[in-house]
Amino acid sequence: MTLTIQHLYYLIGFILAVTALLTVRDASNPRRFSSALFWAIYAVVFLAGDVIPPMWIGLMAVIMAVIAGFGGVAGGKHQPRTDAQYLESAKRLGNKLFVPALAIPLITMIGTLSAKHLIFGGTPLIDLKNSTLVSLGVGCVVALIIACWLTRETPVQGMRESWRLTDALGWALVLPQMLGMLGLVFSDAGVGKAVAYVTTTYINMDIKFIAVAVYVIGMALFTVIMGNGFAAFPVMTGGVGVPVLVHHFGGDPAVMAAVGMLSGYCGTLMTPMAANFNLVPAALLEIDKNAVIKAQIPTALLLLTANVFILYFLMFR
Amino acid sequence: MPTDVNLWPLIGVAIIIAGFVLRFNPMLVVIVTAIGTALAAGFPIEKVLTTIGTGFVKTRNLPLIILLPLAVIGLLERHGLRQHAQRWISNIKSATAGRLFIVYLAARQLTAAVGLTSLGGHPQMVRPLLAPMAEGATENRYGKLPAKVRDKLRAFSAATDNVGLFFGEDIFVAFGAIVLMVTFLKEAGIEVEPIHVALWGIPTAITAFVIHAIRLHRLDATLAKEIASENAAETAAANTKK
Repeated sequence: MTLTIQHLYYLIGFILAVTALLTVRDASNPRRFSSALFWAIYAVVFLAGDVIPPMWIGLMAVIMAVIAGFGGVAGGKHQPRTDAQYLESAKRLGNKLFVPALAIPLITMIGTLSAKHLIFGGTPLIDLKNSTLVSLGVGCVVALIIACWLTRETPVQGMRESWRLTDALGWALVLPQMLGMLGLVFSDAGVGKAVAYVTTTYINMDIKFIAVAVYVIGMALFTVIMGNGFAAFPVMTGGVGVPVLVHHFGGDPAVMAAVGMLSGYCGTLMTPMAANFNLVPAALLEIDKNAVIKAQIPTALLLLTANVFILYFLMFR
Repeated sequence: MPTDVNLWPLIGVAIIIAGFVLRFNPMLVVIVTAIGTALAAGFPIEKVLTTIGTGFVKTRNLPLIILLPLAVIGLLERHGLRQHAQRWISNIKSATAGRLFIVYLAARQLTAAVGLTSLGGHPQMVRPLLAPMAEGATENRYGKLPAKVRDKLRAFSAATDNVGLFFGEDIFVAFGAIVLMVTFLKEAGIEVEPIHVALWGIPTAITAFVIHAIRLHRLDATLAKEIASENAAETAAANTKK
């Protein structure tokens, strides 16, 4: 049997269903019914996303956004342990606490690297297309077993902890997927084509340096809009990079691609659209939702400026 | 000038920028943008919903990396992982938040560059280990931290993980972005070697490290100043109360 990403979807669907169940039973949550409905719909998307017609999934996504948008997703009051309790078990378990935490990245790494060798009778053990994510799933399950054994807790307590953290994250947990969906809607609707048309029509790119700057800054700006350098790359490279920088000015395409994509990443550092990297960590760390972006903006802007010069000098060397 | 490009979908860009600037709820902004953009492209309502649904199912892999580690991390937190990480770092006398971040940045960038992108991440590394360690190292020097300083340390923990990952992984030849670039250029009639694209990412990667490391180095001095002024403000406030 091959472990695929589909198994992870079932696992996540199960975890979310448990979350919905725990939420609906949580009297300390002021919005327990709408919150539970939100997590229940999300569970269905994972459990049956590929059998339900896409139109209905679309409707479910809209309902989820409306519940979240009007404040329907809230968390309950989770009783933290006392400082003394934390310190007591920190002292008792010591460095052993690091073991399950570090087991996750370690197993993910080993799984990813050995996936191509784990083929038995022609059937791969780990789906080769998604080896990192599947290995991450295996790593998390193994780490949970180690953690339960170390702390003498049950997997049920693990589910409760997962629910506690999910509650703290709230709808921010779903935002990356919503934005990923929006990126696909943008490309289906031809937003990229329209942006490329507008940039190439209204900016004079006869001067080499300006053309380079437009490409680099355009990659960053477009990534800020789309939240994803991968979506910006074909648009800017097709619209400016290939016709102007490579064909007209004779620049080196390998340099253009490399520096261009990394300029897009400067955009990723500055945008709430890249929710997975900027908004979700802020929620995880319980700080202001723009705090991570604020910490990153100076690095991103300085690096973007440097990229204009790096591309200009290395592309036409 | 005649054009066969439909410019109406650009309205989506306007909606999303306006939505974020006016601080509407992001989930509502996103769904309204999706519906507005699809309608502007001339899709009938069923196709609008179908496009949203197809996209929502296709992107189900995105929350996995956050959701999967939560049970383990939560369980370990319940047993004092964060407290232990703080105590552990306080044994290293020379540790400061800035130095810790620089070491982490270098490690994250180098491991990502050889393809080990999963040796980090916000749920499994930043929240349980990196942020508590940065707080522990700073507390060790200055005592209890003002909330503002603590939040800044946390923001920089997340930022450092991002910078390290982004400007490391593109040097790795087998990384998806390299494949995407090479395939795109090939379709445009340009042949490039993946290894060349990876190598030309190095100058930017080094620049990214230098810029962010300098900022992290300066962070230590900024923190000292901020803690002093916050403490002074607190003392002043306490004095006036008396």
